[in-house]
Amino acid sequence: MTALPVATAGALGLGFWRMLGGMSSGGFDPHAVNAPILDRSLPDFTLPGLPGQGDGFDSATLRAQKEPVLLNFFASWCIPCVAEMPALRDIGRKLPIWGIAYKDKPEDAARFTARDGSPFARVAADRSGMAAIDWGVTGVPETFLILPGGRIAWHGTAELTDDTFRHEIQPRLQALR
Amino acid sequence: MRIPRAILALGLFLAAGPAWAVDDPSEMLPDRKQEQRAEAIGSQLRCLVCQNESIEDSSADLARDLRHVVRQHVARGETDRQIMQWMTARYGEFVRLKPRLTWATVMLWAMPALAIVIGIATAATTIMRRREAPTPLSDDETRRLHELSESPSDATGHD
Repeated sequence: MTALPVATAGALGLGFWRMLGGMSSGGFDPHAVNAPILDRSLPDFTLPGLPGQGDGFDSATLRAQKEPVLLNFFASWCIPCVAEMPALRDIGRKLPIWGIAYKDKPEDAARFTARDGSPFARVAADRSGMAAIDWGVTGVPETFLILPGGRIAWHGTAELTDDTFRHEIQPRLQALR
Repeated sequence: MRIPRAILALGLFLAAGPAWAVDDPSEMLPDRKQEQRAEAIGSQLRCLVCQNESIEDSSADLARDLRHVVRQHVARGETDRQIMQWMTARYGEFVRLKPRLTWATVMLWAMPALAIVIGIATAATTIMRRREAPTPLSDDETRRLHELSESPSDATGHD
């Protein structure tokens, strides 16, 4: 008779232990709003460029890249986006970063990226924010690591820092080699 | 005639109704049936910015965009299921305000019932054990008890 409650408690404990283990290893995140896009091919889109900064890009061009690319959603009106700019410029020297201006006036976004030197290899504007919804973006800044062929390997929902780059992105790049 | 203040307050409170964030009539679908469906679907979808409001209640920018998307899909004649699938493909299960039944949610729902069952089982076993009459002493034990009670000097206990 005592075996039943003990066994149940044991099973529950094991369940919770596995859940907590998953939470710390990243296998289970109850708040993972955007987990569905991981390990999938990037969504289709075609976006125009910013004034004086190229013609924008589309999903096919991004998929055709032979090297990994970081894709960063940003906006001139977003304070963490301002804060992450120096880190983006650093990281951009190691790995190309493509930018998408989210719900921003193209002129404002162009001024914003050009202010201290653009960290972006290419930029595009998503004025309506509809392309961002297909990516599962819930706010700016958000960053995706895109592997050759267009597979999404990582998604960050906070401002990008050197620390994030070293601990989240670099190990995934090394795993490719 | 004076209306008592409390009744007036209650009346006003009841008359106010739910405050929908859809405050711009141009957001709504012209077809009343379709608009009602869109509202029903939207109230099942979490606003991912404020997280504990539905997109129908939230005034966040993203919620407005998602309301718009839901209405587009409804107008196109998609089923509730299709629209929910479209949303979960982008934002995951988290976007549902009512989670689906999965192993993780089964555990969540079952927890209170399990706690009660385990509690009752534990209490019952404890009470049953207490009620059990002690088994009578064996001959050996009776003899030993006698020895102990007859020689109090030995009670300090080397065996």
